[in-house]
Amino acid sequence: MSNMSKTNSGPVAKPLPHDAAKLHVTGTARYVDDIPVPAGCLHLAFGVSTIAKGQITSMNLDAVRASDGVVMVMAAQDLPFTNDVSPSIHDEPLLSDGSVHYVGQPLFLVVANSHRAARVAARKGKIEYAEETPILTVDQALQADSRFEDGPRIYQKGDAAAVIDAAARTVEGEMELGGQEHFYLEGQAALTLPQEGGDMLVTSSTQHPTEIQHKVAEAIGLPMHAVRVEIRRMGGGFGGKESQGNALAVSCAVAARATGKPCKMRYDRDDDMVITGKRHDFRISYRAGFGDDGVLQGVEFTHLVRCGWAQDLSLPVADRAMLHSDNAYSIPAIRIESHRLKTNTQSATAYRGFGGPQGMVGIERVMDHIAHDLGLDPVKVRQANYYDAPPSGGSAPQGISDKKKDNTTPYGMEVSDFELHGMTERLLESSDYEARRAEIAEWNKGQDHLKRGIGFSPVKFGISFTLTHLNQAGALVHVYQDGSIHLNHGGTEMGQGLFQKVAQVAASRFGVGMDLVKITATDTAKVPNTSATAASSGSDLNGMAVKAACDTIRDRMAEFLAQRHQCDVGSVRFESGQIYVGEDVLTFEEAASQCYQGRISLSATGFYKTPKVEWDRIKGQGRPFFYFAYGASVTEVVVDQLTGENRILRSDILHDAGASLNPDLDIGQVEGGYVQGAGWLTTEELVWDGKGRLSTHAPSTYKIPACSDRPDEFNVELWSGENREDSIYRSKAVGEPPFMLGISTYLALSHAVSQFGDAYPALDAPATAEQLWSAIRRVRDGV
Amino acid sequence: MDITFHLNGEEVTLSGVSPTATLLDWLREDRLMTGTKEGCNEGDCGACSVMVTDDRGSKALNACLLFMPQLNGKSIRTVEGVSSPDGTLHPVQQAMITHHGSQCGFCTPGFVMSMVTAHKNGATDHDVQLAGNLCRCTGYAPIIRAAEAVEDQPVPTWITEEPQLREPVPTAQNHSPYAPRSSDELAAIYEKTPQAVLVAGATDVALWVTKGLRDLEDVIFLDGCTDLKQVEITDDEVWFGAMVDMNTMRDAIAPLHPSYGEMIRRYASQQVRAAATVGGNIANGSPIGDNPPALIALGATLHLRQGGNRRSLPLEDFFVDYGKQDRQPGEFVEAVSFARQEDTLRCYKLSKRFDQDISAVLGAFNVTTKDGVVTEARIAFGGMAATPKRASHVEAALVGQPWTRETISAAQAEFDKDFTPMTDMRASDLYRLESARNLLARYYAELNGETVSVLEVVL
Repeated sequence: MSNMSKTNSGPVAKPLPHDAAKLHVTGTARYVDDIPVPAGCLHLAFGVSTIAKGQITSMNLDAVRASDGVVMVMAAQDLPFTNDVSPSIHDEPLLSDGSVHYVGQPLFLVVANSHRAARVAARKGKIEYAEETPILTVDQALQADSRFEDGPRIYQKGDAAAVIDAAARTVEGEMELGGQEHFYLEGQAALTLPQEGGDMLVTSSTQHPTEIQHKVAEAIGLPMHAVRVEIRRMGGGFGGKESQGNALAVSCAVAARATGKPCKMRYDRDDDMVITGKRHDFRISYRAGFGDDGVLQGVEFTHLVRCGWAQDLSLPVADRAMLHSDNAYSIPAIRIESHRLKTNTQSATAYRGFGGPQGMVGIERVMDHIAHDLGLDPVKVRQANYYDAPPSGGSAPQGISDKKKDNTTPYGMEVSDFELHGMTERLLESSDYEARRAEIAEWNKGQDHLKRGIGFSPVKFGISFTLTHLNQAGALVHVYQDGSIHLNHGGTEMGQGLFQKVAQVAASRFGVGMDLVKITATDTAKVPNTSATAASSGSDLNGMAVKAACDTIRDRMAEFLAQRHQCDVGSVRFESGQIYVGEDVLTFEEAASQCYQGRISLSATGFYKTPKVEWDRIKGQGRPFFYFAYGASVTEVVVDQLTGENRILRSDILHDAGASLNPDLDIGQVEGGYVQGAGWLTTEELVWDGKGRLSTHAPSTYKIPACSDRPDEFNVELWSGENREDSIYRSKAVGEPPFMLGISTYLALSHAVSQFGDAYPALDAPATAEQLWSAIRRVRDGV
Repeated sequence: MDITFHLNGEEVTLSGVSPTATLLDWLREDRLMTGTKEGCNEGDCGACSVMVTDDRGSKALNACLLFMPQLNGKSIRTVEGVSSPDGTLHPVQQAMITHHGSQCGFCTPGFVMSMVTAHKNGATDHDVQLAGNLCRCTGYAPIIRAAEAVEDQPVPTWITEEPQLREPVPTAQNHSPYAPRSSDELAAIYEKTPQAVLVAGATDVALWVTKGLRDLEDVIFLDGCTDLKQVEITDDEVWFGAMVDMNTMRDAIAPLHPSYGEMIRRYASQQVRAAATVGGNIANGSPIGDNPPALIALGATLHLRQGGNRRSLPLEDFFVDYGKQDRQPGEFVEAVSFARQEDTLRCYKLSKRFDQDISAVLGAFNVTTKDGVVTEARIAFGGMAATPKRASHVEAALVGQPWTRETISAAQAEFDKDFTPMTDMRASDLYRLESARNLLARYYAELNGETVSVLEVVL
């Protein structure tokens, strides 16, 4: 950390457009499939299983080999080294080892002279199976004790069962919470160029270049130094490119090694949806005890998590769901039991929020149920249960009740940065919540078939990887003798604006304009041993690493210039593209040139590790998070009882991005996250048939929000605060937290459905038109 | 097949084009123009949208659903051809930057092309224009801000001044792919090659190629049959040639039967409607095509032609069974027509998403009353049976009865006799049957002036 020289704030906090915006709108931004390839490039496709579980008894690939344009066909026995693409426990063969675990599992690999030729050939395999009864549902998995880990993981605080039994009132219930297809617009893709001596250059649409490097190295039997992975940008990731790209990159590497030719693989959309993992679906059951004031005394949750056939990242996902089962509420006694069930379906994987959204929906459902039970405004119940604001928390009021709360989470972490009291007050006011709730009640009285509803939900999301060692990042910065700056770090760009935000940090450290900073592709040869760009950590980690690298160079420059210009190093200022050295003013270019001629090193690495975090995931105790990011939303909907058709009418959001590095890009994350979260809980329904085949494997049947599904009125604001922890410029992570703002849509629908009768709506999710129609019948007619 | 067209203002002539090569693959793989993206390869995401101009104007189309022969004689503009020759950005491009309309950027070229086309056409119903472009990052709000920001800006000259359209290269008539220039030519060719696949807008057939990976041997492209694109509305009759695209049909229908017009708006995206034809939607015989129930409720007549022979039949009789229509080898749909009538038609489309989704249930209701008594009822459904089908028992329970809530209740009980729907990924059998029943109640409420659709509620 530098304190020798000074800069002004520079471009940090400015609402600059995405660094690649001009490339995007002109069609010149390159994605993996757009990169010009050398002549002779080969194209790959998988032949996949058509059954969910069984053993392969014979695999006749003659017709595949004979198909037009086919160069080579590989099965498991043809792989030269490790047959594994798992990011965790080596349970995920690239090509089936004879066992089949889900419909869509890769069995063999076709290498052909065109994408289409490979796809055509891949369908010509004649596979015979000894079919076994698949385990498809959580019920079947529980019954068969088919699970990851020995038994359920349990986190608890106090004696929840006893507290609930003694409580004045209780509610209990169960809900199905569906998974979600990422639907990144750019499907999975990889390209390999074989190098001399067996080395491999890989371009992969991945959030985790180091993992690709690691898996490719294993697969071609070389040390990691022989494999270089590069990625400039992805066309969307959302967690779906944290581990799911391994299979394509490894296939390309293996095929390139075997043929000596460049190899490219991209999934057709249907293949992508059938082969790759999605968000984990959950069944959540709960029992809660509370007082007549709605204050929660104890709650028990059971999570049945459908993890699919391989472990992938399911354990930390399921852990994070448990860690968000309190959301914003101080809960004196709680017990969370989490079953990680192994099923013959796609291996569920990371998806924006990483289990957090599922855990949060659980407790928000409980709050909604309590409010319904007591006939109270759900907002009041929530406020009564909030954690207390920190003692010196500025103007933010304390909890509504005067009694001081136990401000530790179920996992023993002190909540010392709670922002939601002030944020909630502000949002209720800006959204005119109370008046609208009253007006809705009036309006509903005059309607037979249509009812409106309004819902509020808060978000408190823990920031840091729960696997503590992942909380590190590296950067590499060069200043060239003409004053231009080459910026590189371990984060990947998937649309979130990370590269721009980090470039703003770099420019600010040098006190120069953005035009001097060249953003470059993520490259394992420049920054090694990186963590996935995940857990919302991109700007926090890489921004700090880049700052460290820049400050190292800047301090070397300042020291040299101070000496040369005979002034105190503490007085050297880097500001507005100029460097003030004593009485002299230099341009950054002149300074760089002088430093070069003075034989000053103008290249530096930077490194950062998140302080304060420590976590024992077995005990469920510690401080897994550096800090929390907060948000709150109010959504209004209208529902039709005849058909269950529904629509969002208005949404108001207040989100905490700390002291934002770039408020416009952050608002983009908030708007997009909200709509994606609302889609998860409404129209995005994954359907498997009785044989384990995914029926919704294309956008014709799997419906993400379209343009007109966004709220008619959509008011988004950032909370003007700053991170209480020492993060990069006191900003906060913003990738995942806004996704959970969409939960207010589910709650608004619950409110609207409750207008049709007395029973609690008990909505499952996604709350499709059919789900709502069915819930209305239950509430209205008791059927 | 030989074709000629303009690509971003430059003339391109190709010979020996495969009839099933798509524009998207040709742009990306042959031309190495990778600005146009493949997101789904089935016309649902819009990432491959391009602007196609012909003598009927400019429209956005999905390049993944366009076979190269369909381009003959047209002008294509891709994202690479939207900035001025000197590099000045199109106002849409600048607004997308200013308003942060791109995040990952992969859907952006498609959005830009849809927006540039809408801007050129002066269209400001942005949600409709962009219903066929999916974005997973932004939540759409900034894209709409960008679209609104350029509404009043002039269309750049380099967009208005497309080069003179090419005269299409004439196509040989003695082998596939055929490209007849009139329905007479079509009738002669198809009679001789009844095994050929007819390609109208290709919104269905293209999927046989991109997803089914089929090769098509004999293909007849119908786009040149301009006499099949006629819309005729007289005092007595409404007549749509089979090749009338669904955007044209929407414009023609909306003033006569607004509810049908609104259904067509939701039936598919702007790009798909611009390509899809009413004849194709009928002739492929899908049980979930949205036009047949509406047309059946209007009492439409289907006009078929085989060589020199023509015949007409009530549309509902065309649908014999799942995958089976009353169409002889070499016979094609020439037109569909229906009588001018008072507008009592209401079309209700139920689907998971409002825009660009396949119906779980489509109900079309057309009930005529006189002095409070039902004189005629034509009610037809899609998604409820193996074919588009009339609800004859329901109709019978209405006709001759007073138009009252009691009559509606009695008729609702008849649905079980008409339909035994199935369960699939779109809806359960129970939901289909019960919501169909409820739609009759909706129809009654709507004719009584009640607000019945969540789409009508505005704050």
